[in-house]
Amino acid sequence: MRNKVTMTVDGLEISVPAGTTVLDACLDNGIYIPNLCHLDGMEHPPASCRLCLVEVDGMRGPVTSCTLAAVDGMVVHTNTDEVRELQKLAFRMLVSCNQGNCRVCMANKRCDLQQIAKFLHLPLRTKQMRHIPKDVPEVLTDHPCIVYEPNKCVLCGRCVYVCERRGNPFSLSFANRGFNTIVTFFGSEAEGVEDACRDCRACVDICPVGALSFADERERHLRLVEAGKGRRKAG
Amino acid sequence: MARPTELLASLAAPARNEWGKIRQPERPLITVGNATCGRAAGSGDTIAGFREALAEKGIGADIRTVGCMGHCYAEPLVTIHYPGFPPLLYQKIGAGEARVLVNSFLVAGEDPCFEYLIGALEPNDTFPTLMDYPRYLYEKRLIMEHCGVIEPGSIDQYLAVGGYRALARALEQGGERVVEEITAAKLRGRGGAGFPAGIKWEIARNAAGTPKTVICNGDEGDPGAYMDRTLMESNPHQVLEGLAIAALAIGAERALLYIRAEYPLAVEMVEKAITDAGERGLLGKNILDSGFDLEVEVFKGSGAFVCGEETALIQSLEGKRGMPQHRPPYPAVVGLDGNPTVINNVKTLSTVPLIINHGSDWFRGIGTEDTPGTAIFSVVGEVEYPGLVEVPMGTTLRHLIDEICGGIAGGREFKAVQIGGPSGGCLPASELDTPIDFDSLRRAGAMMGSGGMVVMNDSACMVEVSRYFIDFTQKESCGKCTFCRIGTRHLLDILTDLTKGRATEEDLDELKELSAGIIKGSLCSLGKTAPNPVLTTMRFFMDEYLAHVRERRCPACMCRELTAYYIDLEACARGCDACVACCPTEAIFTTSNRKKAIDQEKCVKCGECVYACPPEYDAVRKVSPPYLVPDQGVVPLGKDEATEGGEDDA
Ligand SMILES: Cc1cc2nc3c(=O)[nH]c(=O)nc-3n(C[C@H](O)[C@H](O)[C@H](O)COP(=O)(O)O)c2cc1C
Ligand code: SF4
Ligand code: SF4
Ligand code: FES
Repeated sequence: MRNKVTMTVDGLEISVPAGTTVLDACLDNGIYIPNLCHLDGMEHPPASCRLCLVEVDGMRGPVTSCTLAAVDGMVVHTNTDEVRELQKLAFRMLVSCNQGNCRVCMANKRCDLQQIAKFLHLPLRTKQMRHIPKDVPEVLTDHPCIVYEPNKCVLCGRCVYVCERRGNPFSLSFANRGFNTIVTFFGSEAEGVEDACRDCRACVDICPVGALSFADERERHLRLVEAGKGRRKAG
Repeated sequence: MARPTELLASLAAPARNEWGKIRQPERPLITVGNATCGRAAGSGDTIAGFREALAEKGIGADIRTVGCMGHCYAEPLVTIHYPGFPPLLYQKIGAGEARVLVNSFLVAGEDPCFEYLIGALEPNDTFPTLMDYPRYLYEKRLIMEHCGVIEPGSIDQYLAVGGYRALARALEQGGERVVEEITAAKLRGRGGAGFPAGIKWEIARNAAGTPKTVICNGDEGDPGAYMDRTLMESNPHQVLEGLAIAALAIGAERALLYIRAEYPLAVEMVEKAITDAGERGLLGKNILDSGFDLEVEVFKGSGAFVCGEETALIQSLEGKRGMPQHRPPYPAVVGLDGNPTVINNVKTLSTVPLIINHGSDWFRGIGTEDTPGTAIFSVVGEVEYPGLVEVPMGTTLRHLIDEICGGIAGGREFKAVQIGGPSGGCLPASELDTPIDFDSLRRAGAMMGSGGMVVMNDSACMVEVSRYFIDFTQKESCGKCTFCRIGTRHLLDILTDLTKGRATEEDLDELKELSAGIIKGSLCSLGKTAPNPVLTTMRFFMDEYLAHVRERRCPACMCRELTAYYIDLEACARGCDACVACCPTEAIFTTSNRKKAIDQEKCVKCGECVYACPPEYDAVRKVSPPYLVPDQGVVPLGKDEATEGGEDDA
């Protein structure tokens, strides 16, 4: 049996197995912390989305909870003003490249950004920050069957992580630098990629914001949305 | 079995003999600075010039190439050892000057060409010595002592000046003692963060996991910084010696030098040094018969700025994309391939042999209490004598800029100095008494960084300067984390608007808010320091920001959209055509009274005409905002009669 540690989160005492991250400990105990890049069982969390911030007594400034192991007696605050300010700023930054239309998006209603927006009481189309789309095409179709939409992508890296773990014959990875960083399929021209990817689906299913989708499914979805709009207009 | 120090002494003795002969040559010896900076200044031509002239005159003389002394303003630098003279240092010697030196001096030892002379390298009765110049007097050359003096390709010359003695001594003392000495010396890492090297080594020494690795960080991506390159090119063995001592200290079996691929000469020099040292038993298996093995290799980095960050550097060594990782774990505990790894900067490692040789007490006597030792800066920009400068820590910026680097060039005024590379801070004249050390600079809002320093005069616009640096960090961000990737892009957008006169006062608040968020929220130090130029320029030059917003005015007349050029008709010389041809858009025309004027519609504000106008007229004026261009009522030549009537009406 693994040892348990007990800590206090927002005044509430919780017990979790030793070695659990503070993020998992909170999520498992019904305390929501916004997060995008973390996945269960990650050995080296990328800590890239910078949303899962918390303050801990004895530590300076907000820290990422996905990289922090729960320790006995730890006192954690998930909702300080500073944490919320930074989360809101990060969220506004994330949506500042994508002022898209949720209603036509395949991830509508299951998108992590929608959940976080609700939690932080923020709109998905920010007026507080300039809208700056990435300097890359709106839709990338290099892959034989998967479509990638860079401005939806929050670069959480989940897709890269799961793809790597499946040991696929080619690799999904990051490309470009700075603001125009995207994910890209290296070697997607190779033989058999289409079948392998259709079977796998890992990246499409793990994407929290619907930036990756199968071309045919996306097409169908857009047609349905279009038809729905038509019906509503007619009705 | 001989002890390492004895073995080394037997290696060094013949080398010292040979070196004595080189320094006191029977026939003339010419040494030419031939590092990257020397080459860029044309040292290749210099060498060819000497060869030719010597051959013509039938003079037997030796030519040797050395590294860089750091006096980049004076390259190509040449030293002449002529029997009966002290070694003499000459500046800006091209092929022509080389010929003159041969014909006047080397032929018969008569005229030592005072016109090119900087001074003698040794005290004497006839020539000024380098110590008569503030630059040489105030510099403290510890790390760079042999740079530009010994031949970087010669292991014998390094041995002759005491090279590898520290390694031999360290091998006898053992790793633990070495760590104690470096810790006692309070040596702080020169790669930017100033972390105590001894403590890092201690952690790695005690950490579990093998093989351990030491890495020399020679990525040096700061634009304008080149001290690491110079050290690797000019004295590669000193770096290797420090690296080997570090390896011994932590119990590493392999050592790597991560050098950017854009530094081919540094790679070449270091690789040669590794081979030569291996052949002498100073690296490789059973070093100096001590039983200690160390494999040393060079890894060529592909040149991303962020790959200098230690965790990204490790990713890149492991064949992955160079993206910084969350710390802890620190590389000293979990590094390359998951094993303890010490990463130190080139300058840090170059300092190590000195400490082992002279002791930690000696080292702590130099510099300041919290940061002993020296700092090497590459000073570029508007100073009289740019180049590499090594000064004791604690030297004030004022002393460095005004005395050692000769002050601002061209009789202009100092405005600001950017310290610490693209994410350092911009300090104004009022901060010039800040001492150079990690903590003082950080308090002032700048940072040591890896030692880049850009000095700016009154023609620099601080808004544009901050836009320039953010443009750099924004492009070099690895793109991993939200604040740095997107936040810096927003900073850039606002700063660009400012320089175009399109920003509002709310945008200034936004700059501050974004900056604070990026600093707090970013994963690695690239993001955490990126807003420094913005915040420091806003702190010290807020009036310039406000002028851009409220008056659409650029006080330094640098931002194109906010400035305009015109020609002062009083100063313009009748009939002079100098500016007309230089204008790329043919915006300059001749007026009815044969002076020149600029068609504002066509002018692209490149500023070429300012340089083209002969200094005796100096008639081109720059104003901001553009509406300050006076209405001169000029008429193009040939159009005057036709439009005369119309003008009267206007
Ligand atoms: C963006 C970034 C770039 C860096 N580039 C370099 C570099 O080019 N050279 C270097 O020695 N350290 C660089 N560093 C610092 C390294 O991460 C590391 O602290 C250093 O190499 C440790 O050596 P030191 O302890 O001897 O200073 C950089 C850090 C960051 C955040
Ligand atoms: S495509 Fe989706 S899963 Fe992949 S990085 Fe972008 S947002 Fe994350
Ligand atoms: S701060 Fe910038 S460079 Fe550092 S990890 Fe984040 S995105 Fe990459
Ligand atoms: S979940 Fe922790 S940084 Fe993204």
